[in-house]
Amino acid sequence: MSDATAPAPRRIRMTVIGPILALVLLVIAGALMNPNFLGWDNVTNVLARSAFIGIIAVGMTFVITAGGLDLSVGSMAAFIAGLMILVMNSLVPSMGAGIPVILIGMAVALLAGLAAGLLNGILITRLGIEAFIVTLGSMGIYRSLVTWLADGGTLSLDFTLRSLYQPVYYGGVFGITWPIIVFAVVVVIGEVVMRSTAFGRHCAAIGSNEQVAKYSSVRVDRVRLMTYAALGLLVGIATIMYVPRLGSASSATGMLWELEAIAAVIIGGTVLKGGFGRVWGTVIGVLILTLIGNLLNLTDFVSPYLNGAIQGAIIVLAVVLQREGKAR
Amino acid sequence: MSVLALRHVSRSFGPIEVLHGVDIALRPGRVHALIGENGAGKSTTMKILAGYQPPSSGQVLLDGQPVSFASMGEAEAQGISMIHQEFNLAEQLTVEQNIFLGRELKRGPLLDKPAMRARTRELLDRLECRVSPDRVVSTLSNSDKQMVEIAKALLRDTRVLVMDEPTAVLTRAETAILLRQVRALRKAGTAVLFTSHKLDEVEQIADDLTIMRDGRVVWTGEAAAMDQHAMANAMVGREMSDLFPAKVSTPGEVALEVRNLTVPGFSRDIGFTLRRGEILGVAGLIGSGRTETFEGLCGLRPATGDVKIFGQPVRIDHPWQAQDLGLCYLTEDRKTRGLLLGKGLRENLTLQALSKFDRGLIDTTAEERALDQAIADFDIRGHRAAMVGNLSGGNQQKLLFAKTLLADPRIIVIDEPTRGIDIGTKQQMYVLIRRLAAEGRAIVVISSEMQEVIGLSDRILVMRHGRITGELGADATEDAIVKLAMGVATEREPA
Ligand SMILES: Nc1ncnc2c1ncn2[C@@H]1O[C@H](COP(=O)(O)OP(=O)(O)OP(=O)(O)O)[C@@H](O)[C@H]1O
Ligand SMILES: [Mg+2]
Repeated sequence: MSDATAPAPRRIRMTVIGPILALVLLVIAGALMNPNFLGWDNVTNVLARSAFIGIIAVGMTFVITAGGLDLSVGSMAAFIAGLMILVMNSLVPSMGAGIPVILIGMAVALLAGLAAGLLNGILITRLGIEAFIVTLGSMGIYRSLVTWLADGGTLSLDFTLRSLYQPVYYGGVFGITWPIIVFAVVVVIGEVVMRSTAFGRHCAAIGSNEQVAKYSSVRVDRVRLMTYAALGLLVGIATIMYVPRLGSASSATGMLWELEAIAAVIIGGTVLKGGFGRVWGTVIGVLILTLIGNLLNLTDFVSPYLNGAIQGAIIVLAVVLQREGKAR
Repeated sequence: MSVLALRHVSRSFGPIEVLHGVDIALRPGRVHALIGENGAGKSTTMKILAGYQPPSSGQVLLDGQPVSFASMGEAEAQGISMIHQEFNLAEQLTVEQNIFLGRELKRGPLLDKPAMRARTRELLDRLECRVSPDRVVSTLSNSDKQMVEIAKALLRDTRVLVMDEPTAVLTRAETAILLRQVRALRKAGTAVLFTSHKLDEVEQIADDLTIMRDGRVVWTGEAAAMDQHAMANAMVGREMSDLFPAKVSTPGEVALEVRNLTVPGFSRDIGFTLRRGEILGVAGLIGSGRTETFEGLCGLRPATGDVKIFGQPVRIDHPWQAQDLGLCYLTEDRKTRGLLLGKGLRENLTLQALSKFDRGLIDTTAEERALDQAIADFDIRGHRAAMVGNLSGGNQQKLLFAKTLLADPRIIVIDEPTRGIDIGTKQQMYVLIRRLAAEGRAIVVISSEMQEVIGLSDRILVMRHGRITGELGADATEDAIVKLAMGVATEREPA
């Protein structure tokens, strides 16, 4: 008979150290291949590039942990970017090209993200349609809406506004740019929410067994809805950081972001079926994906065109490791 | 001359040894009962016998020769089948597909469906089970699922049949059928090993008996040498007193008043009142709609009707609304509705009453304290850091109890409170339920165990085909309940 108060057996699990190990190996490989790799410029560059997908992937971690999925985030970002630019441009004649217009644009992005997320969530929870189907549908809808808004071409932000807005992407404090700072803040909040709030607990409970959650008086639909709404809001935030980078939006904006976000979540050790998620893992997943691209660009060892292939292989590997962690 | 035996078998999970030098021998043509408290190691012993798990040390002997089964398939090839405590069915397949899973009959390259259909019918008939072979398993009741499990084992020509708590989810009538099958197998020379917490069954059918406590065999021999009381004492290692606490209830104000409750498809026009301090038993056959009625009441399925809680008319569409009103339902199905098997004890314990630990962030220290308290109060045994799925069945049940009570409900509906619980713990549970009533809570106990309903309740409602067919007082007899449950008598006796 075992004693109920016996200490826990400490076991280092592959699912925990796997992603960390992979990241460390990538960093070492990068440093060996190119001396500039660990330079300040490259590091901030990698982090800034990770920020957009990263911010979205944090939200995606919650959605997936609660047993859901959202395929629409990439085109949602494109649509929000397009909408934001249109609104800001249209305000220039009446309000002039100033900070207030940009603030209104940001508010529009946040509201549109929240609304889009709520819409996904309501369709999934109230009408009981499969998340995959709903978000596959909305993915197509947003993508076509942005193409329509841009009339098949590119929507460009008013030139004066653009230079006013640019510091949001390029500026920062102590040499750390805003996207990195916002990303870090989102990650810290996300990790705390996942780990130690009732909401995070409920997400994991719903993802591991919805029936049990329901019988335990968890407000299953509301929690689900909130995961999609939060993700929508985060897509809005990511778009706010992204628009000043190019100052434009087209039908190609945010292409495949959904896949990268989902991949990052899975590589980070969150279970695709739901029930278990960790935000810090997602961060590592995002960094791994960005680093691969970065490394291929810095070295001419492997063609950068093979980026997708390598990322794909890593995703499959991550899932295999997850399964082994379970079967032991 | 034993077919299958264990010699000095020990088994550890990680650093913890749960079996310490177990010896057991199964003989052909004999029924061997293995009994013991929750977590004593019965399931583990059975799994080792049937080749599902290897021993950490010691030997498995088949016909006197040491064997080590590389897989359950190998054990099965030797004629050893096991029916698990948890169902092992493919939920999305039909009854027939499940019975023949992995051993489909073929004619040439194609499946021989008529032959499989005929064989399935025959097996189900033998078990007097009336489900259609086409039914998808996920739509079956627990007892029908159990019958399918048994049919699956009967299909194989088994020399040794190992059954882990096969009757836990069966009604009396179904249990009788199962025991008839077991007798037939015994006559055919099969060695049968089974475990049950219902000692009357053990007394009825066992030839040999082994009693385990804390991972050791404490008694083994001819079953005839022990009566139920002696078995219970040997299991718990102390003298057992009365199973049921005295019925000292002083009913207070009306806590729950239900009128015209209808759960579409399951029950109609249910009405009753329940007072504080009272234990209301709900009896009926499996399938009489008891569970569904009370799930409907607690917002777990669509229902209509007038419900008053402490005099206030209320509307309950969701379980959390019920909980906010102080009404909780404790499910009969701990595996798929009660507990998150892949999570730890702490997370399960506090899931239902998480708001109590929510200070913006969850106060894990308070959670740990609650877990300490629950482990002590309910005598939960098992690894504190274990996944709940690895706890023994009875200990899971105790955890489920602790979890629901943490929400501090004023009205509690307990569905099958002691399913799979050993007799010592049962006694503790009964005392606990009585104490909850004495504290002024109002309690409904749904149970398929007649003795439990009679021994525990102040009043008894009997249901049949989704309707209440009668109400009996604390002195109800088994006979009176059965009559109402079967529809022989329908008058309302004065309470
Ligand atoms: N896979 C496992 N990992 C860790 N511990 C385990 C595992 N399986 C069983 N145990 C532990 O071994 C002990 C014996 O469990 P077992 O399931 O054999 O008990 P049991 O006698 O069948 O109890 P019950 O009557 O409740 O079914 C328990 O303490 C249980 O927690
Ligand atoms: Mg068991």
